[in-house]
Amino acid sequence: MTKMVTIEANPLDCYLRVDRIPHIWCAGCGIGPATGCFVRAIDRAGLNPDKVSVVSGIGCSGRVAGYIKLDSFHTTHGRALPFATGLKMANPELTVAVFSGDGDIAAIGGNHLIHSARRNIDMTVICINNFNYGMTGGQMGPTTPLDARSTTSPYGNYEYPFNLPYLVAASGATYVARWTVLHLRELERSIAEALTKPGFSFIEVLSPCPTVYGRLNKQPRGLDEMHSYQERSVIRDGADPRDVELSLNGPIVVGKFVDIERPTLWDCYRQVLDRAGKHKKR
Amino acid sequence: MPKDDVRCGEFFMNGDTACAEGAISAGCRFFAGYPITPATEVAERMSERLPQIGGVFIQMEDEIASMNAVLGASWAGIKAMTATSGPGFSLMMENIGLGVMLETPCVVANVQRAGPSTGLPTLVAQGDMMQARWGSHGHYEIIALVPDSPQEMFDLTVSAFNLSEQYRVPVLLMADEAVGHMSEKVVIPEISSKELVNRPRPKVAPEKYLPYDSRKGLVPPMAVAGEGYRFHVTGLTHDDRGYPTMTAEAQDKLVRRLVDKIRLNIKDITKYEEVKVDDAEVVVVSYGISARIARYAVQKAREEGIKAGLLRLITVWPFADDRIRELATAVKAFIVPEINYGQMVREVERCVAGKAKVRLIPHMGGGVHLPETILEAIREEAQ
Repeated sequence: MTKMVTIEANPLDCYLRVDRIPHIWCAGCGIGPATGCFVRAIDRAGLNPDKVSVVSGIGCSGRVAGYIKLDSFHTTHGRALPFATGLKMANPELTVAVFSGDGDIAAIGGNHLIHSARRNIDMTVICINNFNYGMTGGQMGPTTPLDARSTTSPYGNYEYPFNLPYLVAASGATYVARWTVLHLRELERSIAEALTKPGFSFIEVLSPCPTVYGRLNKQPRGLDEMHSYQERSVIRDGADPRDVELSLNGPIVVGKFVDIERPTLWDCYRQVLDRAGKHKKR
Repeated sequence: MPKDDVRCGEFFMNGDTACAEGAISAGCRFFAGYPITPATEVAERMSERLPQIGGVFIQMEDEIASMNAVLGASWAGIKAMTATSGPGFSLMMENIGLGVMLETPCVVANVQRAGPSTGLPTLVAQGDMMQARWGSHGHYEIIALVPDSPQEMFDLTVSAFNLSEQYRVPVLLMADEAVGHMSEKVVIPEISSKELVNRPRPKVAPEKYLPYDSRKGLVPPMAVAGEGYRFHVTGLTHDDRGYPTMTAEAQDKLVRRLVDKIRLNIKDITKYEEVKVDDAEVVVVSYGISARIARYAVQKAREEGIKAGLLRLITVWPFADDRIRELATAVKAFIVPEINYGQMVREVERCVAGKAKVRLIPHMGGGVHLPETILEAIREEAQ
C-alpha cells in the first residue's frame, strides 16, 4: 500500500534546485548538512542571491553546485579555483564561493589552492574533507591520516597528510577555520562571516563518509564518525594553524584560526589600473 | 567600446603583438596566461594594454589555470583569451573540452614551436594541427584559424572572437613561431561595433530560461553570472536545463548538437585563399608560414609555364572538404608542404579519395621549407 507523505516547503527552498532532489549523496554523508549550512549562511549574510556564484570541481562535493539555485558551475577536477578566479576578476561585484572536496582541492588542484591564497583573491572556499576519494570508491588522498585504510592503502596509508589550515594560512589566506558537520551552528556562522569578509577565506569541514572511509576504518555508520567527532573535537579559536594537525584517532582542533586583514587581489589590481593611467570605473 | 581603446593606424609590429591588438579590437578585455616561448609577447602586450583600457590581465600559475580563468571570465560576460605554445597547449586540452561542453566563447592562440615535448622552444613548427582537432577527449567539433602574416595575426584574432561568440565554442588561432615573431606592416583599422559579433543572449524571464535550449536552433542563448538567471552548467552530459543526465539519449542529443552547430555551418565558417587555382594542374595546399613559401614557388612555376596554383587554408578546422573534392576531379596532383611529418595531408588525401595524386613535403621543424624544394615537386608532378 502506498502511503501519502506531505513534504512542506522549506523557507530556504528558494536557494535549492528542489527539482533535482533527491540528491546523490549516501545516507550518513556530511555534504548535505554542510550544503544546508551554506544556504542558511547566504540567507543570514543578507547577500543578494542573484550576485552569488558557486563553483565546484569534481567528486561528491563537486556535486553541490548542481543542487544550489544560484549561478553555479560544475567544472573539471581540481579546477574550480582558477575558473572562479576568472569569474571574480571579470566581475568583482560577484560573491564567489567554491565548494570542493579534499582530493579535488588539495591533490589535483593543490597548486591552484596555494596560488589563490597567495593572491588573496576575494572568495570563500568550503572544503569538505572526508579523508578519501568517495566518488571513485574510497581511495587514499592528501588528507588521509597516516595508517588509515583505503582501497589504495589496504595495509594502511604510508604518506603524511596535509594540515590544510596551516597550508592555506602559510600561503596567505586571510580567513581560515575548521569545523565538523557536528558543529552546524558554528559552521553556518563561519560561512556567513567568510562570505562577507574580503579576501581569501578557507573553511575546512570534516565530514563522515560511512560508505567507504568509515567502513574501512571501523566506523561503518555515519553516526560512528559523528560520535568520534563529538569525543575528539576541541574548540580552540585562534589556535596556531601549525598545531591543528589531524591524525587517525587523535584530537580534532576546530575553530576560527586566522582572521586578518590584507588588501585583496582586486584592491591591488585597482592600483594597476590607476598606474596604467586610464582607470575606468568598473 | 570607447574609441580610444583601439590604437588605429599603420604599425611595424610582430605577429604576437598584432594578435594582442586584434583581441583588443575584437572587444577582448580579459587575458589569463603563462609565459612560454614563442607566445610570451602576446601576454606581455596584454599586460601593458589591458590595464590602460579597464581590462584584466592575470598571469596564472600554469596553463591549466589560465584556460580555466578564461572560461570563468567568459561566463562573467567578458570576452577572454589566452595564448600559449605546444607544452602549454597540451596542458589546456582538458579544459578546452570543458569550454566546448559548456559552450563558452573564448579564444586560444597557439604559437606553434617544434615538439614533441619541450622540443625546439624558439623554432618554428606546425606539429599541433591534429592536436587542435582532436586533442581533448570525447567527440566534438572545433574551429581553428591559421594566420600567415602579422596582419593576419590581427585580422584572424578578430575573426576568432567573432566566430567564438557566434557559435559559442573555443576558437583556436593556430599560428607558428615564424609568423608570431616576424615583424611586418600591420594596419589596425577602425572596426565598427557592427562588425563585432556578440553571443546570443536570452530574451526570456529567468524562470523560463533554459541554458541549453535546443528548441530554437543549434546555438542556445547564453546568460552570464550575476544577471539573476541563476543557471547551472556542468561538464557532465546534460539536458536543456543544464542538469546532469546520465543516459545514452541525452548524450546523443547533446553531442549531435555540439558537432552539428559547426558541421552544418561549414560554408559560413571555412575560409581559404586561392591563387591561380582555376586552370591549375598542380595545386599546392598549404597554410601559415609554409603557405608564404608555397606562394613564391607557385609564382616561379607559373613563370616557367607550369599550370600551378595555391590553395591557402585560412580555416583549417572545419576542413575545406568540398573545395578539395571539387578540385580533385580537375587537377593532376596536390602538393602539401607542412612543418610536420604529415598531418593536414591526411585530410587532403581523405577528400581527394584517390582521384588525384597527393604528395606530402614534410619538414620536421626548426626551419621552413626552401622554395626550391616545393618548386621541384611542382615540376615533377606537372610532367
